[in-house]
Amino acid sequence: MARMKFLCDSDRCIECNACVTACKNEHEVPWGINRRRVVTINDGKPGERSISMACMHCTDAPCAAVCPVSCFYTTADAIVLHDKDLCIGCGYCFYACPFGAPQYPRVGNFGGRGKMDKCTYCAGGPQQDNSPAEYIQYGANRIAEGKLPLCAEMCSTKALLAGDGEMIAAIYKERVQRRGYGSGAWGWRTAYRETVPA
Amino acid sequence: MKPVILGAALALALLAGPVAAQQAGGAPEVQAPVPEVGAGRGGVGAGQVPATTEPQRPTGQPAAPQPAVAPRPAAPIIAPAPLGDRGQPDAAELELQAALRGERIAGRISIPDPKAANLIQPEGRDWRAFHNRTLAWIGGIAVLGMLGILALFYLIRGRIRPEEGMSGVTIPRFTLLERANHWMVASCFIILGLSGLNLTFGRHLLLPLIGPEGFTAVSMAGKIAHNYLAFPFTLGLVVMLLLWVRDNIPNRLDLDWLRAGGGFIGRGHPKSGRFNAGQKLVFWITVLGGALVAASGYVLIFPFTVVDIAGQQSAHMIHGVLAVLMVAAMLAHIYIGSLGMVGAFDAMGSGQVDVNWAREHHALWVEQELARTRQAAAPGGARAAGAD
Repeated sequence: MARMKFLCDSDRCIECNACVTACKNEHEVPWGINRRRVVTINDGKPGERSISMACMHCTDAPCAAVCPVSCFYTTADAIVLHDKDLCIGCGYCFYACPFGAPQYPRVGNFGGRGKMDKCTYCAGGPQQDNSPAEYIQYGANRIAEGKLPLCAEMCSTKALLAGDGEMIAAIYKERVQRRGYGSGAWGWRTAYRETVPA
Repeated sequence: MKPVILGAALALALLAGPVAAQQAGGAPEVQAPVPEVGAGRGGVGAGQVPATTEPQRPTGQPAAPQPAVAPRPAAPIIAPAPLGDRGQPDAAELELQAALRGERIAGRISIPDPKAANLIQPEGRDWRAFHNRTLAWIGGIAVLGMLGILALFYLIRGRIRPEEGMSGVTIPRFTLLERANHWMVASCFIILGLSGLNLTFGRHLLLPLIGPEGFTAVSMAGKIAHNYLAFPFTLGLVVMLLLWVRDNIPNRLDLDWLRAGGGFIGRGHPKSGRFNAGQKLVFWITVLGGALVAASGYVLIFPFTVVDIAGQQSAHMIHGVLAVLMVAAMLAHIYIGSLGMVGAFDAMGSGQVDVNWAREHHALWVEQELARTRQAAAPGGARAAGAD
């Protein structure tokens, strides 16, 4: 089985937010929740770059480690998913997540935030694959259809890569060699405890 | 030496050809492998004679004679990095630096959710370590340690009974308001404490017993109870402070009480007022600890209204550590108020305590109370002397 990862080539990302929009549309993500977002660092200064970020599906995921009800599980493709029927919306995964991936449909209702929502790597949840129940809770299950996440597939500059970690790392390395520069794979050190040469 | 000069001269002669052609014909037909500087740029001042007739020497030393038509470079010409990126550390390095400094990597975001502008927050790892290790250890040691100490104390000392037995005569100790408020705070605290401990330990202790669905139902109910009971708990703390603070100001008698071991260790019963040093300690732990736990809890109940993610992590750390310490302290309080001491529970139960118990534990308070009753029973003009 593959070890699925995301890699954002920040030298290619043009902050068009198509990945954000594609994700929201594909999964009919509720208002106020963005499973994916584009952050621009050093905005307007030399070295400005944009990075598309979502759940990185960490090795040894912090969310799973701190969840008081153990609602997280990892698929055979190393995708980190959670069971919304078990989630109590306590917010612990949000405290622990390095990437700010977990989000809640409500805030401030005496902490009654509702079930946590995050990027599923377009792999749905524990329900029957591509069932209406799964769609309502988690969105589309493209992985079950043999497709990769839509955000990466939609990316116009192919800045966002999704797929087996070794394959996308090889693609990125080749790019860096051809163009002579790179700036590394954002989040990889934090999520996977490994780096891709820049 | 000689062949080198010869080679260089030959190279210069060959290079002069294309340069001369360029000058004459405008744009070059074939791009040179080396970047062009100056010569033949868009025909500025066409036909102008260069300042020197000497052909420009290219940088580098082409050792071999070059053909008239430049070959395609074998190795791709590497473009320079975009200007702003030169010398910039790469993502992995920035992440490592941020992790070492405990700083966040944040930027600007175009979606209307400012908290999403955090790209990477390494503090999450520290919070995880706190929750899964530090808090579990502190909580485990505090709660189990206190239970162990109490069990040991019970085995050695047994139930503490009044030395002269019960007199059968009672004296009022706590009013209905005091007792009702105490039990409101106490019942809230028990539910808050159990639901809180469940978030740290339930996964390891309760989840394997009742299964994931059952455990989620329990934890969900616990979370809702935790959020709502925070309010009566805080109200009770305020009332408690108003009712009891004047009897809980520490004084010199408390030192004597502490020196005598509070009557727990030795046999002597040090004198004390309405509350002894031990009870004062419980009072201040409840009021001050409770205030801090409540404040840090409200910050978490209303996420992002007061503090951001880092503030919430810190608030949770304060909340968790203080709460488990308070649970440990209250275990001792519960023990001595019920099983540990005969006659103590009545104070908060019926509100009436046995006079013998009261004399042993709160001698000064009993004298005070009796004096007050005598004064109240005898009106101002009445005299003690009866006959005349």
